[in-house]
Amino acid sequence: MIVVELRKMFRRPRTWATIAVLNALPILVAVLLLLTDLAPRPGEGPPFLSAVLSNGALYPLAALAIVLPLFLPIAVAVVAGDSIAGEAQAGTLRYLLARPVGRTRLLVAKLVAVLAFVLVTVLIVALVGYVVGTTLFHAQPLGSTAVGGTSVSGTALTPQDIADRTMMAIGYVAVSMLGVAAFALFFSTLTDSPLGATMGALAVLVASSLLFTLDAASPIAPYLPTRYWLAFVDLFRDPIQWRDLTRGLALQGVYVGVLLAAAWANFTTKDVTS
Amino acid sequence: MSAVISTRGLVKQYGRLRAVDGIDLDVQAGDVYGFLGANGSGKTTTVRMLLGLVLPTSGEIDLLGERMPRAGRRVLPRVGALIEGPAHYGHLSGRENLSLLDAAGRGGSWRTRRRRVDEALDQVGLGGVGRRPVKAYSLGMRQRLGLAGALLRRPELLVLDEPTNGLDPQGISEVRELLLELHRTGTTVFLSSHLLAEVEQLCSRVGVLDRGRLVLQDELATLTAPTGSTVVYTPTPDRVRGTLDGRVASIDGERVIVRGSDPAEVNALLVGAGIPVTGLALDRPTLEEVVLAAAGTSPDRVEARP
Repeated sequence: MIVVELRKMFRRPRTWATIAVLNALPILVAVLLLLTDLAPRPGEGPPFLSAVLSNGALYPLAALAIVLPLFLPIAVAVVAGDSIAGEAQAGTLRYLLARPVGRTRLLVAKLVAVLAFVLVTVLIVALVGYVVGTTLFHAQPLGSTAVGGTSVSGTALTPQDIADRTMMAIGYVAVSMLGVAAFALFFSTLTDSPLGATMGALAVLVASSLLFTLDAASPIAPYLPTRYWLAFVDLFRDPIQWRDLTRGLALQGVYVGVLLAAAWANFTTKDVTS
Repeated sequence: MSAVISTRGLVKQYGRLRAVDGIDLDVQAGDVYGFLGANGSGKTTTVRMLLGLVLPTSGEIDLLGERMPRAGRRVLPRVGALIEGPAHYGHLSGRENLSLLDAAGRGGSWRTRRRRVDEALDQVGLGGVGRRPVKAYSLGMRQRLGLAGALLRRPELLVLDEPTNGLDPQGISEVRELLLELHRTGTTVFLSSHLLAEVEQLCSRVGVLDRGRLVLQDELATLTAPTGSTVVYTPTPDRVRGTLDGRVASIDGERVIVRGSDPAEVNALLVGAGIPVTGLALDRPTLEEVVLAAAGTSPDRVEARP
């Protein structure tokens, strides 16, 4: 069933169109940077963007930071929101369940497919970022012992360090997106409209981002799903500041666990009338 | 004979509405069962409950001898279904759609998949359809593809909801032939429809649903058994009344109903009297008359079962 879901997802033109669009913005930013040579000053604009002119190998991180606030969550919410509700709207859900495919199995397969989408998307954004960064900007080759770049704290990092930490950052972003996916998947079991499920998940994220900026909401700020999204920047401090990272992982873990349990409870007892 | 579908006191309640109100279906192996009812009478909800898509509020369902929805994993691979019209992934070809559906569940070995998909497509007349995506199919082709999906695992029971919807007259006739052929090779067919003519031509047994209740369930032959009268067509109906005084039940234009279950005897009397007879037949109620009489009358008539 998992193979079937993966085949369905990656044979779908929309999946690749989404990934292509996601990559367009970082590429555009890179080209603009190259043409104008006007990097934002350190501490302004998307993280890492100020550093890429001196080291293109950091561009994968800049690319992730560019798509993380809005584009990546939208893409994940679209795919995850479509997972059950899309089948319901197309009418294929009833045929799958009458085939029969166990409801729990279907939900797990959908979850794995969404997870695969998140990973593939994040990896492709990072990879395209790396290719763009190293071709357009000056870069230190991986594996050399030379100083690869400077950490956010100002100390030197070897290219090996940067590569390791970039992989960790990719993983962290993927986990953050899993939280988005869990919201969208849960809403997807509630409604027969994929658009509704996607919008529901995005509404949660917009509300969370908005509350985060509000001082009055500070008591609940640590529990907002988007609170620790940008904590992957802390991976590039020297030494790594784990506090927000571990909190971010734990928070996403709780959201994912609770929402998937709710999705399962709802979907397995639901009348399929679509 | 063994029960293929058997429900006892099946109820589905949506809020204050009882969509299905205590029905006792009884479909035996080898039946072609026509499940009739107006739109909104609860046919589709019943079909969905049989297949485990909708969970009953109360009552029991046995499908192929096992309790649903609990035994769905074992039973449903032996059932082929077409539920409320076909549904496919529009961007994939028909063959790809069938292959994915087959791969999605148990009871379909991948070794034989390609052959079974080809056979199912041949059976419904889509063998040469090629790689065209389903979104480019006509409604009739989609309906055929849906039917092919139901036939994929050579089911013992076919549950079909309006299978000829969207087909042209040739297509309807082809599907009818296909279903009869499958029935000859041992498939039990449960056909849900509001097309009386379709059911009358295909089915051996009929159940009629009215506002969630099963008001009628019997052999088609019993329901449309001769009434004991003879129908006479004649250009001179008034002379029939004169000749067979007291035996004429009704006159409707050139159609005269005469009491007496032997058309030959009636014919002899009329011809003897010099009355031209243009047509002669045993009087049988049509399925339409039976259904209309059972459904949509007063509640006590509705409760009565033949």
